[in-house]
Amino acid sequence: MSESVLSVRDLRVRIGRRDIVRGISFDVAREQTLGIVGESGSGKSMTVLAATGLLDVPGAVVTGTSTLEGESGPIQLVGASARVLRSVHGGRIGFVFQDPGTSLNPLLTLERQITESLEAHRNQTRRQARTRALELLEAVDLPDPEARLGSYPHQLSGGQRQRVMIAIALACDPELLIADEPTTSLDVTTQAQIIDLVRDLQRDFATAVVWISHDLGVIGQVADDVTVLQEGQAVEQAATSDIFSSPQHPYTRKLLEARPAIGAPGPAPVAGDGKVLLKVGGLDVRFPITTAVGRSTVHAVKGLSFQIRRGTTLGLVGESGSGKSTVAGALTGLVKPDGGTATLDGTDVLGVRGAERKALRKRISLVFQDPYTSLNPRSRVGVTIAEPLFVHALASSKQNRQARVAELLDLVGLPTSFASRYPHELSGGQRQRVSIARALATEPDLLILDESTASLDVSVQARVLDLLLDLQTEMGLTYLFIAHDLAVVQQMSHEVLVMRDGMAIEYRPAADLFAEPEQDYTRDLLAAVPTRLPYSAS
Amino acid sequence: MTHPIVRFLARRVLYSLVVLLGVLVVVFALVHLVPGDPVRIALGTRYTPEAYEALRSASGLDRPLVTQFVSYLGSALTGDLGVSFRNGDPVTVTLLERLPATVSLGLVGIVIALLIALPAGIFSGLREGRVSDAIVRVSSQFGVSVPDFWLGILLIALFASTLGWLPTSGYRPLFEDPSGWLRHIVLPGLTVGLVAAAILTRYVRSAVLEVASTGYVRTARSKGLPPRVVTSRHIVRNALVPVLTITGIQLATILGGVIVVEVVFAWPGLGRLVYNAVAARDYPLIQGAVLLIAVLFLLINLIVDALYAVVDPRIRLS
Amino acid sequence: MTDLSTDESTRVASWRLLLRNPVTVVSAVVLAAIVVVALTAQWIAPFGFNDIDVPNALAPPSGTHWFGTDELGRDVFSRVLVAIQASMRVAVVSVAFAVVVGVTIGVVAGYRGGWVDTVFMRVVDVMFAFPVLLLALAVVAILGPGATTTMLAIGIVYTPIFARVARASSLSVRVEPFVQASQTMGTGPMYILRRHILPNISGPLIVQTSLSLAFAILSEAALSFLGLGIQPPQPSLGRMIFDSQGFVTLAWWMAVFPGAAIFVAVLAFNLLGDGLRDVLDPKQRTMIEARRQR
Repeated sequence: MSESVLSVRDLRVRIGRRDIVRGISFDVAREQTLGIVGESGSGKSMTVLAATGLLDVPGAVVTGTSTLEGESGPIQLVGASARVLRSVHGGRIGFVFQDPGTSLNPLLTLERQITESLEAHRNQTRRQARTRALELLEAVDLPDPEARLGSYPHQLSGGQRQRVMIAIALACDPELLIADEPTTSLDVTTQAQIIDLVRDLQRDFATAVVWISHDLGVIGQVADDVTVLQEGQAVEQAATSDIFSSPQHPYTRKLLEARPAIGAPGPAPVAGDGKVLLKVGGLDVRFPITTAVGRSTVHAVKGLSFQIRRGTTLGLVGESGSGKSTVAGALTGLVKPDGGTATLDGTDVLGVRGAERKALRKRISLVFQDPYTSLNPRSRVGVTIAEPLFVHALASSKQNRQARVAELLDLVGLPTSFASRYPHELSGGQRQRVSIARALATEPDLLILDESTASLDVSVQARVLDLLLDLQTEMGLTYLFIAHDLAVVQQMSHEVLVMRDGMAIEYRPAADLFAEPEQDYTRDLLAAVPTRLPYSAS
Repeated sequence: MTHPIVRFLARRVLYSLVVLLGVLVVVFALVHLVPGDPVRIALGTRYTPEAYEALRSASGLDRPLVTQFVSYLGSALTGDLGVSFRNGDPVTVTLLERLPATVSLGLVGIVIALLIALPAGIFSGLREGRVSDAIVRVSSQFGVSVPDFWLGILLIALFASTLGWLPTSGYRPLFEDPSGWLRHIVLPGLTVGLVAAAILTRYVRSAVLEVASTGYVRTARSKGLPPRVVTSRHIVRNALVPVLTITGIQLATILGGVIVVEVVFAWPGLGRLVYNAVAARDYPLIQGAVLLIAVLFLLINLIVDALYAVVDPRIRLS
Repeated sequence: MTDLSTDESTRVASWRLLLRNPVTVVSAVVLAAIVVVALTAQWIAPFGFNDIDVPNALAPPSGTHWFGTDELGRDVFSRVLVAIQASMRVAVVSVAFAVVVGVTIGVVAGYRGGWVDTVFMRVVDVMFAFPVLLLALAVVAILGPGATTTMLAIGIVYTPIFARVARASSLSVRVEPFVQASQTMGTGPMYILRRHILPNISGPLIVQTSLSLAFAILSEAALSFLGLGIQPPQPSLGRMIFDSQGFVTLAWWMAVFPGAAIFVAVLAFNLLGDGLRDVLDPKQRTMIEARRQR
């Protein structure tokens, strides 16, 4: 029987007049991992920060109990004095946060950032601390650890920085490790490595772990027990295998069903002539970049060729830096290509000028990733959607434009009264629908979706993807679907092109690629995707 | 492969030279933008046809524009900035005579400013939202709104005329009369320093606020480090980087802006020199002084950049 | 996707948030009073600004002469009122000039990019290499002293800061996805500038306008102090302080009141600018709103 390291009972957090966390209780068992999952606004971060005494929001009131068990007796963390908390933080509880880019002090060496914990809690000398720091960097599999001691954070990649964060968190051998969305900002392959790393370290260091994430797939890979949060309350708490095999609460079921997963069926096959709509040959794009120390060139896209048939979806997959968004930029005129050809139904896409160019813009539309910055915050929704109608003179009068706007809002499943609202009055999912409505205003031949659902909550994403699939079947739309999430790509695409470092790695029909990938990189990507089944079941 | 610091500095130096060229063009153009004839205006009541011709050819104003610019450029680079319209003294010599007074005033001012602004800005930034922060914010608002010449006059009225503790005006060179130098520099130094302190305090405070809300400060707290360590090693050290840049700009601004303070205190520096030159329409002197101050400004910025490159490892090791 | 931010639905109209800050409200009221004075000085001044009355020279503040009299017996209060009018006129005209020219340069440079941007910004950099007062002096040296020259000098000197602020803001707005979306749609640059860029850069520009008005008043006072600004017999606050130098120990009111007038006006503009920044800068805004919830 494992005792619990941390026992939280009836935890509540109130800021001003709002209750953010409303009576949550959970236990973290020794050497086990508790996964806390919830969408944005569920209060998952705030719950854990309040439970560990690290909450620093002005005016927050925390009630309830959070007991840290130990040899020297239990410690109450809620309402504890600053001195007690200081001895616990770093000494008995280690923290890993989401963004490795900003979580490390840019002016201090890695060694210093690890040794300062050791000096504060273990009273070690610099020499002793240095030895320990080296051990830690080796334990987290950082290549060339001896040399890295003297490095600075900006010299490491995101994944490496996160390893260092883990090393720092484990420096003083804490009983509990809190990981708040630690892999959300990382690539799929790096995420898989970090998940494996934490699992191994947990075993070696005998640490309990609390892993917070919005991604059920990740939680399934890492957790022994799961607590599901919705709007500040724990709606379901069970062992991971139970949650996945027989979820009790409707919200849990909704989260499970909303996840796109590898192995699920793709989009409906398209009947019809299968004529090629977009043909791209040898697309080449380079960017000059200027840093403080000089200029250099980034070769973002290297001789890429592909084609899309009318009414189908080509899924363009790649991790960050693969060049996939640059392709979208080249096709819509935001980025000037250095070579290659592209034709839309025979019309040249890359070389047009003047009035022809403007005419072409009607035929290719782009939907961006971030719902919060894709719409002008100072313009009403109706005006934003009407802009392409205005620019291309597609409606003869203001009334006609407004009528068309109403049609478009209806098409994307939004009430027509939204036309008079401002973007900040809408949710993320609603804003993305507005972006889609705007993109469809000119009845384009090709719709490019650049990570259009990546910033949305899982359940919201599912609904937007359904909308896109419906629109494709009803209107025979052609999509270029750009994403890094393979499961989503499989759900949406007829054909898939995998990109890496600007080049095509694999380009085949979706069914074939997902069933039997030919390239190692594709295999790695697929293997790294958290599966439907939890780790404990496999 | 050249060292990153070298490349960084080379770019900055190149950039400064381009700006310097622009400065030279502007300074040169000063004389030629004057409506009317600069020579005639400068001579004023001392005008005679002979004097006019003499001054005109001595200043080279009778040659074509481009030639004038090139020769101006050439002589400026060798340190010859012409001669004063008023008394015929070489401009460069006059400028160099007056430079130490202004530089010592500027340095004393910036030191006083830092001695006040650093502790006040850090203190106030760390206690954001509380009463002590509000007090510091309001005080610095007051300091920024005070006209510096008014402050100077009031200080003289209080400490010199009424209380008689300090002299009302004048300057003593440091190396000849140290105690005299100190007594004479207190009031003007305070005038310059207090206003600069108010400006700097705001920047220090906002730098501290920005750093205090970063992810790495949260990480530092999550390590359970003592608050003093978090403040000094994480917050202040990182906030000092932008503060360094601002201090440099502030010093450069002071050097060019002490004109009024120098007039109030009859301080024999560059500022007062420019003022008198403007009043007398002494164009070569105006040109020379403006050029010198702009050059000092660029030089200080370059030094700040160099320090930046040394302090910030992101530049040092790219 | 950590959820530590406050809820979107608690966003409040800007001006209402402005009213919650007592300091900003007080500054706005003070400024309103100053504007009234600036517009009506000649009518509300109890005495003429040049009414010489030597027998009553250097009289301390009293019921008739609220601010006392100067060395020629002129009523200091009346002179201060008229001088405020002159200062405000110079400040408003010069800042208006700087805004129009500076913002145009900055927005065009920021939006067009390329060599246009480089050229404009190098020119701005050259202007920045000269300290403010020095550049103003240089302009005065060329054109001769006087109120009009002062307006032009201060206007020219403050143009670079508006150019830089406008450029920085329009650069950051230009790369926002909603602007890129318009570009992919084929929207023309004029529409984009008008509907997308300008409305979204107004915040920092309004703040900068308030702050620049503050410094314009200070610069005008400095130039008048040096005798290069507003010329006598027109009273100016700077010149009044200059004239008071010989009499400070005898008649402190000659120095204190004009200086205090400058101080109050500048302070009010600065505080208003700060208050505006708190409301109009999105980052500051979330902190204020969070505190408001307490």
